[in-house]
Amino acid sequence: MNLSEGTATRGLVEKLLTINGWAVFLFLYVPISIVMIFSFSDHPNVGIWGGFTLDWYDRMLGNDQLMRALRNSVIVGLVSTFVSTILGTAAAIALERYRRWIGKRPFDALLYLPVIIPDVTMAVMLLIWFAQLNFRFGLTTILLSHIAFNISFVAIVVRARLANMDDSLEEAAADLYAGRWQTFRRVTLPLIWPGVIGGALLALTLSLDDVVITSLVQGPGATTLPVYVFGLIRRSVTPEINAVSTVMLVASMLLVLMSLGFQRRAETRE
Amino acid sequence: MTQLAEHERVEVNPELEERAEKDKARRGLLTALPAYVYLIAFFAIPLVLVFVFSFASRSRTGTPVLADWNLDSWARLFDPLVAGLAWRSLWLAVVNTLLCLLIGYPFAYWIATRRAGTTRNLLLILVLIPFWSNFLVRTYAWRTLLDVDGFVTQFGEATGLWGQLLFSLPAVFIGLLYGYLPFMVLPLYAAIERIDWSLVDAARDLYATGGDAFRKVTLPLSRPGIVAGSILVFIPSLGAYVTPDILGGPNTTLIGEYIVTQFGAARNWPFGAALSSAILIVMLIATIYYFRSGGRTL
Amino acid sequence: MRRIALIAALLGLVVAACAGDVEGDVQAAADACEAGEVDGDLNLYNWTEYIPYGSIAEEFEVDDLIAKFEEEHSVEVTLTEYESNEAMLQQVEAGGAPYDLVVPSDYMVSLMADSNLLVSLNKDALTNLGNLDPTFTGLPFDPNGDFSVPYQWGTTGIGFSYEVIDDTEGISWGILFDPAQRGDYAGQISMLDDSREALGAALKYLGYSLNTTSQEELDAAAQLISDTTADLATFSSAGYEDLLVEGTTVVAHGWNGDFFAAYDGASTDEYDAYEDFGFAVPDEGGVVWVDTMAIPTTAESPCTAHAFIDFILDAENGATLTNYNYYASPNAAAEEFIYPEILEDTAIYPSQELFDDGSLEFLEDLGDFSTNYEDAFVQAKS
Repeated sequence: MNLSEGTATRGLVEKLLTINGWAVFLFLYVPISIVMIFSFSDHPNVGIWGGFTLDWYDRMLGNDQLMRALRNSVIVGLVSTFVSTILGTAAAIALERYRRWIGKRPFDALLYLPVIIPDVTMAVMLLIWFAQLNFRFGLTTILLSHIAFNISFVAIVVRARLANMDDSLEEAAADLYAGRWQTFRRVTLPLIWPGVIGGALLALTLSLDDVVITSLVQGPGATTLPVYVFGLIRRSVTPEINAVSTVMLVASMLLVLMSLGFQRRAETRE
Repeated sequence: MTQLAEHERVEVNPELEERAEKDKARRGLLTALPAYVYLIAFFAIPLVLVFVFSFASRSRTGTPVLADWNLDSWARLFDPLVAGLAWRSLWLAVVNTLLCLLIGYPFAYWIATRRAGTTRNLLLILVLIPFWSNFLVRTYAWRTLLDVDGFVTQFGEATGLWGQLLFSLPAVFIGLLYGYLPFMVLPLYAAIERIDWSLVDAARDLYATGGDAFRKVTLPLSRPGIVAGSILVFIPSLGAYVTPDILGGPNTTLIGEYIVTQFGAARNWPFGAALSSAILIVMLIATIYYFRSGGRTL
Repeated sequence: MRRIALIAALLGLVVAACAGDVEGDVQAAADACEAGEVDGDLNLYNWTEYIPYGSIAEEFEVDDLIAKFEEEHSVEVTLTEYESNEAMLQQVEAGGAPYDLVVPSDYMVSLMADSNLLVSLNKDALTNLGNLDPTFTGLPFDPNGDFSVPYQWGTTGIGFSYEVIDDTEGISWGILFDPAQRGDYAGQISMLDDSREALGAALKYLGYSLNTTSQEELDAAAQLISDTTADLATFSSAGYEDLLVEGTTVVAHGWNGDFFAAYDGASTDEYDAYEDFGFAVPDEGGVVWVDTMAIPTTAESPCTAHAFIDFILDAENGATLTNYNYYASPNAAAEEFIYPEILEDTAIYPSQELFDDGSLEFLEDLGDFSTNYEDAFVQAKS
């Protein structure tokens, strides 16, 4: 039974909770709003308003290195998401739908490691490994690294979806002589689709967000957007960074709304 | 597997059934195989390699030399400087987790107890947006606010409450709190939302006060969310690199930065490997504890 | 579980045993290069803001050297930037990044050469070598110029706001290291994030040589830095000049050219930044450094790299560098094309006396002892 009218709290507690609620929202949104506002400020010092301008966006678009980094981010993001979604979904199905197979327990444990491992350790171990193999550092190494940590996250999301799902539909399909692949394509996949999309979006976000791992395994001319921005921030703070940040913020907002739209449609279809 | 009623059970040939089971097991393995191989190749092996390298000696340029195996790097972990750094990082991660919990719990509770429907959905979307936004950008926001001309600094100076906070430990705290609060809120919300409120009502019926009902019913029921959220905040806080690098100063070096330095300026890969291994062992212990204490899948 | 772990461990050890190899080819290719020959695109790894290109070149009204080279030799140049010698070393060392040309500083050249990371230069392919000022040939870190060609040189000192520092009587490193002096502006100081530079400054303040191999002296310097850390805003080797100009810091340890480029950039028609900010090398003396061009053994286009070195050695191009980054040029032939104001500025072109009396020292490679510097600095910083 879901709480329908907030009856669990009353009076003073209710008021305090509400104040806390709005305070937290302010805390969460004011800083990023300020970043966005000052991306339009015509003054080299971020924090001092100097009149409205679109110069910084101009500058940003004309910044070849930045555009190249953006392009790299998108490529790495999409490809790593695609690969890790497939591998992660397969892993989730293997774990949830097949009760026993050789090496299942170790695989379960192995799948959790990328989630609990600190960024730094993962970055270090991939650096050492690629150096040892004499791999050429560049987009490839970045891609391989992103897939490595994304598989687990996709698997977790899809597993959660599978676990909550009633598998009698799949059994029914088998009873009706549907082949395994048919069952998967026509029954399982549509049912877990919201989970797969959720996992894919999570993977995409993590890939676009990653700084530490990418910065250690990158190579010449193959940097990604967050790593490039990180370098800029360390050097000097200019409103150009605000412009880039605003674009990134707007992009992620669109991503959230899109994913929610997807989920809504998937749910109504059920 | 759906249970068949007594009269529906069919005689099954045990041999066939065994073969079917083996077949299924094989298929299970095959389905997982691509992911399995990938993770072994790009995760398990590198991990082992890090551990191996922590016992290597160091070339003049810092890279590991696979000879003269020694325990030097591990011994250095007990160096007062390193211990101090580790302690500072641990303390920071714990405090950050607690702060996120203290602020995040009432917040998640508030959202979960709103009227289901548009209000709650809207609030959820408003929480999801910062969660999905780029972490670097959110940290950068505070870099500008705490800078010499930033609003927070100006406000602090005007009211005499504080001076320039940038490049100090408080700045790192603020940045971490800001960055990880959504990570705490979402699992908490998920857990609280699932609570069967009739239990709380029952407690009330049994003359429990609001506070009692909360403490004895709601809180324990939301425990999975608390644990999940805490882990999601604690682990990245411990290994934090970006936030301390942008907002922190020389006095606020944390273990994450220290490790990366070993592979850069400090030119000491074996020591960096030892540090990374150590931090991983700590995480593993924490996670095993989580699972042992009954936590379900994240 | 155990079985898999064992297998993984074995595999790990096996692969670990297969070390990297094959640099002989690159050396052979380099030896066969002819002047102006190119053998592929150029992967250039340089310090931040050290070579003018694109919109930056436009802003400073100098030639876009990258575009110019690309046109003259019909190749593509990919520029990646770094902020410290050590960061560059790590990338080259890891072997995975095939840079064709890097710009190591003096001591780093001997370190890299000793570790067999650099290609022996083919002097026949470098027709403009004669343009170099004789003072910059035969430098201590590379006596025969086998591995490096000087790029730019300069001094390290302190940039400051006149609001807190008065330099009419000269300045001292005490501005950074003397607690009494820095009390006024604690928390608004930055130092270079560079072990040799930072420790060097401390050593000079204590009256030692910045090439000392005495552990005692090094420890004293490290202790000094450790004590200073509490009052520092940050350690930074890039962007520190911007922090100074925008007011986040008022005293900054840094390289002369960076400051002047920043002051010039901050000046407008109505505002002259030089009235508010200055730069000086402290009286106790400091570092004179030379950055050089070198070719790592992981290069894939060694001939193009040679062509680029020759390109930079050209009189006009060498001058463009100086006119952009405000560092001194080791290129005697370039003096013709350098802005007179720069040639006359003693902060950029210090007087010969300072070289002769030993207050300005080149950084030397200290062999294995250099790791002691690294360790000391990392410890002091934390």
